[in-house]
Amino acid sequence: MAEIAYREALNQALAEEMARDPRVFLMGEEVARYNGAYKVSQGLLDRFGSARVVDAPISELGFAGIGVGAAMVGLRPVIEMMTWNFAILAMDQIVNNAAKLRHMSGGQLRCPIVFRGPGGAGGRLSSQHSQALEANYVHFPGLKVLAPGTPADAKGLLKSAIRDENPVIFIEAELLYGTRGEVPDGEHVVPIGLADVKRQGGDVTIITWSRMLTACVLPAADALAAQGVHAEVIDLRSLRPFDTEAIAASVKKTNRVVIVEEGWGFAGVGAHLADFIQRELFDDLDAPVLRVHGLDVNMAYAANLERVTQPSVERITQAVQQVLYR
Amino acid sequence: MYAPDLLLTMYRKMVLARRFEEKAGQAYGQKKIQGFCHLYIGQEAVAVGVNEALKPTDWVMTGYRDHVHPLIRGADAGMLMAELFGRDGGYSKGKGGSMHFFDIEHGFYGGYGIVGGQIPLAAGMAFASKYRNDDRVTVCSFGDAAANQGAMHETFNMAAKWKLPVLYIVENNKYGMGTDISRVSAEPDIHKRANAWRMRGEGVDGMDVLKVYDTAKALIEWIRAGNGPVLLEAYTYRFRGHSMSDAATYRTKEEVEQEKQRDPITTLRGYVVKHKVATDAQLDAIDEEEKAVVDQALAFADQSPEPPLEDVYTHHLVEPGEEDEKPRARVRGATDVKWPQFPTQFDVTWELEPRTDAAQQKKGAA
Repeated sequence: MAEIAYREALNQALAEEMARDPRVFLMGEEVARYNGAYKVSQGLLDRFGSARVVDAPISELGFAGIGVGAAMVGLRPVIEMMTWNFAILAMDQIVNNAAKLRHMSGGQLRCPIVFRGPGGAGGRLSSQHSQALEANYVHFPGLKVLAPGTPADAKGLLKSAIRDENPVIFIEAELLYGTRGEVPDGEHVVPIGLADVKRQGGDVTIITWSRMLTACVLPAADALAAQGVHAEVIDLRSLRPFDTEAIAASVKKTNRVVIVEEGWGFAGVGAHLADFIQRELFDDLDAPVLRVHGLDVNMAYAANLERVTQPSVERITQAVQQVLYR
Repeated sequence: MYAPDLLLTMYRKMVLARRFEEKAGQAYGQKKIQGFCHLYIGQEAVAVGVNEALKPTDWVMTGYRDHVHPLIRGADAGMLMAELFGRDGGYSKGKGGSMHFFDIEHGFYGGYGIVGGQIPLAAGMAFASKYRNDDRVTVCSFGDAAANQGAMHETFNMAAKWKLPVLYIVENNKYGMGTDISRVSAEPDIHKRANAWRMRGEGVDGMDVLKVYDTAKALIEWIRAGNGPVLLEAYTYRFRGHSMSDAATYRTKEEVEQEKQRDPITTLRGYVVKHKVATDAQLDAIDEEEKAVVDQALAFADQSPEPPLEDVYTHHLVEPGEEDEKPRARVRGATDVKWPQFPTQFDVTWELEPRTDAAQQKKGAA
């Protein structure tokens, strides 16, 4: 098993899928000659040529729609959004076309496309460039939404996303691109819809995804362990569909849940998870489900304000103490 | 001189389109069709003239005024009417309705309800043609008001830069819903904007099916030869309101009456009789035949059941192993349905941006 960076894992997934399937192409801003704004597409232009690694102008709505059109007639586009903040400009094509084509056509058309790019805070980028927007996309029937938090999951899930017959929203994390982790050698595919228990524990279940996993949830679990509290950490990885069985199995064991989400709490992904847990697992709960999420404010540039806006080890451990009534 | 078959085919299709839309309007009045319903009456020459210049393998799409484009490509009139009725026998099992007709068998890739939302899709389909090196042309219609959407600018820029084989047709019927296009456009002659993308742009009288046909034929050949996209502006007019709920008080009766003098069906009929291609009696017979087709379509739609309730959960995501629906096979039991088969292994030979350009640009920048 090799230890590689998150961006290299994504690069491997793209290169492997493009090599095995000529229908796969990558389009986006700076993906070709610049080798990617975050170097995810490093070397792909040289290997696959300018029709398969396409530098698009800054026209998110336009090239998102071009991708959807190509997917309608048998290609498998990967559309890179330089960040998900910019993909807001492409929402019409993603939501009104990609997510609805199968439905509107009564099953005549399919739209196998991946929209991918980094989400979440990038570090001192203020309000327009720091948004965790997965809640926007899980809202829509007709989309799948993935948010891997480790290099291995990034590679395995991107390969699944490219092979999927549906539109997939693939949310990476700007602050994860350089983080390293072990990735299995050879063919490595992670199925969509399965969570991964990143840490076993019997006292409390912490559910999270993407960067929060390594940024504060696992460190919080370490801190809690030092206090004798054993947290089970579920990395959801796949937000829609999400792994109801993995959540149920853990909650039946721990009876207490904290959900950690980088994005805003109001109508966030965690709100839906909490709804699911109270509805399906009410008798297994010994405490109300608590949520730790980004503060309900716009992100500031100032370092201290940026820090306090985001979930932290302290806020997570406090929430865990609360569900344990300590 | 035009081949008699071509003239009579165009006449027949325009009559079919007119009768279909009139019948849809009546059914709307009886509440058999509800929601939004945008009729194509008056604009028939545009869709028919362009279609006769296309190959069956070419692709067509448009906005929400979309009943006629698939109808004249060979779609089953009864199944289209059933879709308007929200019935199981419709092309989309009643899930799409008036604004979302799709007939993939006949290369009709949809009716889209967000103004201008189909413009990037057509470029993507043309991108796929170039990527796989097939010789298809994609034709994408939109209304005059869609020309003020950012999607058009973004797409035309890329389509022109990458020389994509796509013909854009702006069906300029003068009004975006109730707003005269010249009230909200700094350049109301939309095809003139094509210059901004170094794209070929032309205008044509959209009430004259022969002029539309001639112009489209030349442009489609030019596109198929690899010259890139074209914007063709067809100046046309809708005789009815924007939708069934529009009383069209923003235009005068005189204006509408004047435009009706240019009815494309009457014009072609006059041409056909004058050139002795057919007699009035022969054309009357065609009228009767197409009226019968539409009567049968209405009867089929009336008898088609509502979709089963469990269908509310289908066709949102493609499940593993799930096949595509082939509507005519499902509804009519047809065994001759031709479905697009796209290759999964092929060589991509297209050099979208040859590297020599890069070297030259670098020199230029230095």
